[in-house]
Amino acid sequence: MSVLAVLVRRELSLAWTRGGGALLAVGFFVAAAVMLPLALGPAPERLAAVSGGVTWVVLSLASLLSLDRMFERDFDDGALDLLALGPLPLEIVAAVKCLAQWTVSGAPLAIAAPVVAVGLGGPVALAPMILVVAGLGGLSFAFLGGTGAALALASHRGGLLIALVVLPLLTPPVIFGGAAIANFGSGLPWSAALCLLAAYAFACVALTPFSMAGACRNAQS
Amino acid sequence: MITALRVEDLALQRGERVLFRRLSLRIAAGEAVALTGSNGAGKTSLLRAVAGFIRPVVGRIAFEGAAGDLPGEDARRAGCHLVGHQDGLKPGRKARDELLFQARWHGGTAAGALAAAERLGLTRLLGLEVRVLSAGQRRRLALARLIASPRPLWLLDEPLAPLDAAGRILLGAVMAEHLAGGGLILAAVHDPLPLDARQVGIAG
Repeated sequence: MSVLAVLVRRELSLAWTRGGGALLAVGFFVAAAVMLPLALGPAPERLAAVSGGVTWVVLSLASLLSLDRMFERDFDDGALDLLALGPLPLEIVAAVKCLAQWTVSGAPLAIAAPVVAVGLGGPVALAPMILVVAGLGGLSFAFLGGTGAALALASHRGGLLIALVVLPLLTPPVIFGGAAIANFGSGLPWSAALCLLAAYAFACVALTPFSMAGACRNAQS
Repeated sequence: MITALRVEDLALQRGERVLFRRLSLRIAAGEAVALTGSNGAGKTSLLRAVAGFIRPVVGRIAFEGAAGDLPGEDARRAGCHLVGHQDGLKPGRKARDELLFQARWHGGTAAGALAAAERLGLTRLLGLEVRVLSAGQRRRLALARLIASPRPLWLLDEPLAPLDAAGRILLGAVMAEHLAGGGLILAAVHDPLPLDARQVGIAG
């Protein structure tokens, strides 16, 4: 088994057990979405009008959960030193951690998102677009969240700090994803927004591992 | 393959405080050095500097290979084990999973990891979660990767501290074997190492 496969297995297993894994994020997502009709009132047409956008915002918040332990556990117990002395650079380690976070939390959220949107009264035709947007957006959330988690390493219990650092960076994918969903629903051209969302997500995947590795090295020194 | 470690005119600083200055040290293959010094003198910092985590303010750390100095990054990634106060083990995972990961990550094999566990008397414990192990058992588990994935330079921070008498004798034998095979050991200690080692004192 290659070293990369060994690392991926470990990170998936750790991500699964970190703060409840997929169940926690999906549970929070569904619970927050259920609150919405209670606050807005039961008028179906009002709920249906906002279902797509609201699903998307709540999903972006749900994906912030369980980020704070991404690097912190390895930092606290010394495993980060061990990872730094391994054969693969810290940049790869950081990227694998984020991909594991996406697999365990982002992908289940993306699968739950169309269900939640339709549950709120959104059109069923919107479901495929929400799935794609949530999957792509979730990728950028995981990598940006990892950056926040790595930056907050030295400050213990930096959960809220991570949210504050990361939220502004989440605005572009939220805007692009929201536009893709809204335009798709109203029959307007949607491919530009989706392309921008994909570009942002892939830029995050390509660039943030460097800042995560730098932040880890800074915390280790 | 590292054949010698050279520390030249090194000074380390933590925050505003200079830990030590003008430390020079050479460890050749087959040699063990015991770093001594009071608490806070900078033993751990020196080990972390050799491992590449702390940048020296002055001086340099070089790894000699068969054909001249090796690039530091490569030498550390392929030739260096660091066992510190924190053992890098996840409390919630099985001892076996953690050992296999640590061994493979450092270039060892599963068979080697199980043999190392046998050698250190861990076989019975492999099915348990790390959280239920005692401090000494956890340290043995962390030390198992030294045997499981052979690397020339061992940086050990208080390796004896949580070990019982039998464990210390066992570690002495393992270290002697490593030296006989051309390995290098740099260990920060308060108690004497259970084998012949050159003493180097660090004074602030």
